[in-house]
Amino acid sequence: MAKRTKKSSSLRPIVLVVLGLCSLAGLVSLLLRDTDVALVNPKGYVATEQYKLLVTVTVLLLEIAVPTLLLFYFVAWKYRESNHNATYAPDITHGKLFSAYLWIIPSITALLIAIVLWPATHQLQPQKPIYANTDPMVIQVVAMRWKWLFIYPEQNIATVNFVQVPIDTPLEFQLSADETPMSSFWIPHLGGQLYAMTGHVNRLNLIASETGDFTGSSAEINGPGFAGMRFTTRVSTANDFYQWVNTVKSSGETLDAKEYQELLEPSEYNEPVLYSRSEEDLYGNMLMKYTGSHDHHTESE
Amino acid sequence: MTTHAATLDHEMSHEEAANDRVMFGFWVYLMTDLLMFAVLFAVYAVMRESTVGGPDGAELFSPGLALIETLILLTSSFTCGLGMIAARRSNKTQVLAWFGITFFLGLLFLSLEIREFQELIHEGQTLRTNAFMSSFFVLVGTHGLHITSGLLWLGTILFYVNKRGLNAPLVRKLALLSLFWHFLDIVWIFIFTVVYLMSFA
Amino acid sequence: MREFLIGKLSGRALPHEWFTIGGSIAFILLVVGAIVLITYTKRWKWLWNEWLTSVDPKRIGIMYFLVGGFMLLRGGLDAIMLWLQQALASGSSQGYLTADHYQQIFTAHGNIMVFFVAMAFIFGLINYIVPLQIGARDLASPFLNSLGFWLYVGGVVMVNMFFLLGGEYAATGWLAVAPLSGTEFSPGVGVDYWIWSLQISGIGTTLGAINFIMTILKMRAKGMTLWKMPLFTWGSLCSMIMAVTVFPLLTATIFLLFFDRYLGTHFFTTTGGGNPMMYTNLIWMWGHPEVYILMLPSFGVFSEIVTTFSRKRIASYTSNVLGMIGVSSLALSVWLHHFFTMGAGANVNAFFGVMTVLIAIPTTILVFTWIATMYKGMIKFSTPMLWFLGFVGLFAIGGMAGVILAVPPADFQLHNSLFLVAHFHTMVVGGVLFGIFAGLAFWFPKLAGFRLNERLGKYAFWCWIVGFLMAFTPLYVLGIMGATRRMDHYEASTGWQPFFIMALIGGIIIMIGVAMQLVQIIASIMQRHLLADKTGDPWDGRTLEWATPSPPPSYNFTSIPAVSTRDAFYEMKLDGGFKKVYEDIHMPKNTASGIYISIFAFLIGFGFIWEIIWLVVASFIGMLWCLIKRTFDDESEYTITAKEVKAREDAAAKLPSATKSRIQQKEEMGLIEFIRIVLSWAMSIVRRKR
Repeated sequence: MAKRTKKSSSLRPIVLVVLGLCSLAGLVSLLLRDTDVALVNPKGYVATEQYKLLVTVTVLLLEIAVPTLLLFYFVAWKYRESNHNATYAPDITHGKLFSAYLWIIPSITALLIAIVLWPATHQLQPQKPIYANTDPMVIQVVAMRWKWLFIYPEQNIATVNFVQVPIDTPLEFQLSADETPMSSFWIPHLGGQLYAMTGHVNRLNLIASETGDFTGSSAEINGPGFAGMRFTTRVSTANDFYQWVNTVKSSGETLDAKEYQELLEPSEYNEPVLYSRSEEDLYGNMLMKYTGSHDHHTESE
Repeated sequence: MTTHAATLDHEMSHEEAANDRVMFGFWVYLMTDLLMFAVLFAVYAVMRESTVGGPDGAELFSPGLALIETLILLTSSFTCGLGMIAARRSNKTQVLAWFGITFFLGLLFLSLEIREFQELIHEGQTLRTNAFMSSFFVLVGTHGLHITSGLLWLGTILFYVNKRGLNAPLVRKLALLSLFWHFLDIVWIFIFTVVYLMSFA
Repeated sequence: MREFLIGKLSGRALPHEWFTIGGSIAFILLVVGAIVLITYTKRWKWLWNEWLTSVDPKRIGIMYFLVGGFMLLRGGLDAIMLWLQQALASGSSQGYLTADHYQQIFTAHGNIMVFFVAMAFIFGLINYIVPLQIGARDLASPFLNSLGFWLYVGGVVMVNMFFLLGGEYAATGWLAVAPLSGTEFSPGVGVDYWIWSLQISGIGTTLGAINFIMTILKMRAKGMTLWKMPLFTWGSLCSMIMAVTVFPLLTATIFLLFFDRYLGTHFFTTTGGGNPMMYTNLIWMWGHPEVYILMLPSFGVFSEIVTTFSRKRIASYTSNVLGMIGVSSLALSVWLHHFFTMGAGANVNAFFGVMTVLIAIPTTILVFTWIATMYKGMIKFSTPMLWFLGFVGLFAIGGMAGVILAVPPADFQLHNSLFLVAHFHTMVVGGVLFGIFAGLAFWFPKLAGFRLNERLGKYAFWCWIVGFLMAFTPLYVLGIMGATRRMDHYEASTGWQPFFIMALIGGIIIMIGVAMQLVQIIASIMQRHLLADKTGDPWDGRTLEWATPSPPPSYNFTSIPAVSTRDAFYEMKLDGGFKKVYEDIHMPKNTASGIYISIFAFLIGFGFIWEIIWLVVASFIGMLWCLIKRTFDDESEYTITAKEVKAREDAAAKLPSATKSRIQQKEEMGLIEFIRIVLSWAMSIVRRKR
């Protein structure tokens, strides 16, 4: 039978590992100075709730993971070959109770997470309006190669790679795509992403609670211009927003069918463009190209 | 587990054990093939309505032809079974006769299917027309390709049976082939139901 | 006429970008070098008879390791290129790669690492170890196994083909998502290379998996019931059952994409009623289980290692096995969590979220059984055990990240971000690759006849774990900062660059770890006499593979052992060891059919890619011909008589003990010693030349 060999009992590897992890954490926090960590710095209701959920789930997980890992490494260290104080009992058997514990502990954690998960998924369903009794402001979004076209049907203006929205106003982004592979519309400061696909309208409801400029992007790869498919989201006060709308209306080109066709040509790293007028039915015609009818299929419930 | 217990109880000969393994492996293979068909069926189910304004199944398919095809394939399965009985009795002439009929019926089935495809193409309904037609041609066509490979396989076995006589390895191959043939029969019944009958439901 | 003969192939398609030209030159040099070396040493016949046409799962296993190891270097080089681009391409700098190159590289990196590295190593391990563990002489169908291996090689050649013949690789991400992969958005041959390399190797995987299921269920030694099977065999069985369940889905899906591209069908197109979302569903129905196909054998490896090095039997064998079965059955019903963001209803998303969270239960159980196994054991920290300790830490981190991603609203924020990339790398590197490394270190003496150098192995481990944390911690952080994956460029104002640079440094440390592993293998070969494993049981093993000599003879066991307990060999040793009985042995003959069929399959794919129809037809007929010839060849076995077996065993026992080597062999060499020896060797060559 095996016998314990070397004598020394050493804490050295443990100290080294702990030091290493601490310096890693130190390095990361050093690099994080003065940076804007989007998900931890939410600027709207949806992003805030999603951040809270993230923290809740992480805490629940750490409650089981930290003790398990500590126990794991402690047992490994305690029963090392060179530790003469540890008992060696190769023939111990574990009872039914032990097996039951194996199953019960992780099941409780999974259950807790499931209890958090189910209502949160319903509450934060992107298609659901922020306020039940207020109609949101609609912005139609078309993913193109490789730019975002925003059409404001209520204001009758349109923009490319730039979107301005009023603060504290519920927004509904109606996401679709034209002659473009699946793209994903994501403004991390305001809330999670949703896919923009040809022939579909995906409704993403968001709201902003602070003014400022926030970057949005396509999170799903859709061709060579993918990385440059970024846009600025400017959240302003309602006054500033309507002032901006008026400025846009009084200057710039019109978005008509011809201009729309030109936009469809692939191009990369597009600068923002503002259109003083957007021809009616551009969005509807775009959808009709794929569905063959006006009553387009939506993915919402 | 039970098959394994059987292995333990009576010592199988080397050949018996090999036969047993091959048979089992072939069942697993048939399962993988079935899963491939499952994908094609699911795709067809999703695509059934995607005619983009074109005609649907009820306008395109003729249930009579499909029924005749079904009957032919069922009969071929029956003769295939008779052939296997003959093979177990080591009756070479009967094996050649029954499997010959099976081969002929398979060929007949295939030619009817090709005619159906030709007519559809003649009407301007190809697999490029719309998603519904794509999924139809690919589902039915994949079955047709399986029948073709089954015929090729059967033909080769019969060639060797004629040449070498009914030896044990050839009987084993016939057994696998008849499994394959019955399997294709079952898949066809599903196609008949899902593609043809449900178009008129 | 020209079009008929060579299809779309033309000089213009030849490599003309610096990275393809570089790749081509490297490839040609390697191939020429190999040919020269083999010709010079007159090894062609030996190579063909002993290795290439071999149907011995042990030989095929080693060939899987060699090809997989080579592809690991290729995929690793890709990884460094990706990290370098991201470290450079901030603000006004566009980095050194164009977007298209960058996308091709990450697509190739993903395909190579999953299909041609991880799968290769897993199949290699299963090939080598499973027959030994269950007391079998070979596989149920040795020919299918050889065919599966050569189809895999066909896929490997295909994925690297554009280096030689030009064109490009897919720039679509490793799953070639539709409609991006359709002809509308990817008209080039890149996606076609993707289709055929995955199709050919995927069919090989299905065949291999069927074969292993047959072997494990039908060829176990007498008395080894399912509930007495070693845990690695259990993991492999679960994995292979999943493989036969989902690989047919992959095959069907790729065929549909192929039809879309070649025949103009409308399955996944944006027009004509096509449905790209269906592609996403189908590919993930395969894609998610695929990760667990890789992971389960690795769980098995760790269970074997923790029992052996703790010198205890596994705690709660039943829970461990049920855990693995649980993981594999749940893994089949969670695919939708890869696209919560596609816009399904809350009930659907929540259901798949909960199913995913449930996977945490069986995996945690596995970790608990390992803890309980170490409890009151006597743990020896050899290299395999170190990989295990590293694995559990990473597995916990990656697993937690996975559960977070399984919560749909959280996933809306983290999906497609670098957090996701960090998560699955933690799982695949920490879970799969560490399992493979641990398994290789553990079973290396069995397959080579000598142990690996422990000192260098430990260096390699520390480089890997430090490098990994350096490389992937920043990716977790970047994801939370809102950085998406697959970016070839980002704004300087984001403040992301320091993290990308940190990741690059981590990547370089990992590469040093890989170099250390190569040094470890070379150093171990140099000191093979010192490290020789003469007993066949270097670790005081517990399962049947350790009952054979190292390396085992082609027939594995002189007689099939009778098994009555779990840890069969451990119990046998308590009873005085494995007793040799000599009997007639039937062994399969070598065959080259697998090679020929695979060559024809490759040519079919190649013909389709470049639209050379005569080549497709001719290769198809050739393939059928080979199949028929092989199937109707009834004399595929030969017999070794009991007398011959005895003679061989006696001869092996009488082999002269190791000859003295020039290198002083007191202890395992370290890195400095290795460098000193290599330098002095190089010097002596230079001196002799003068």
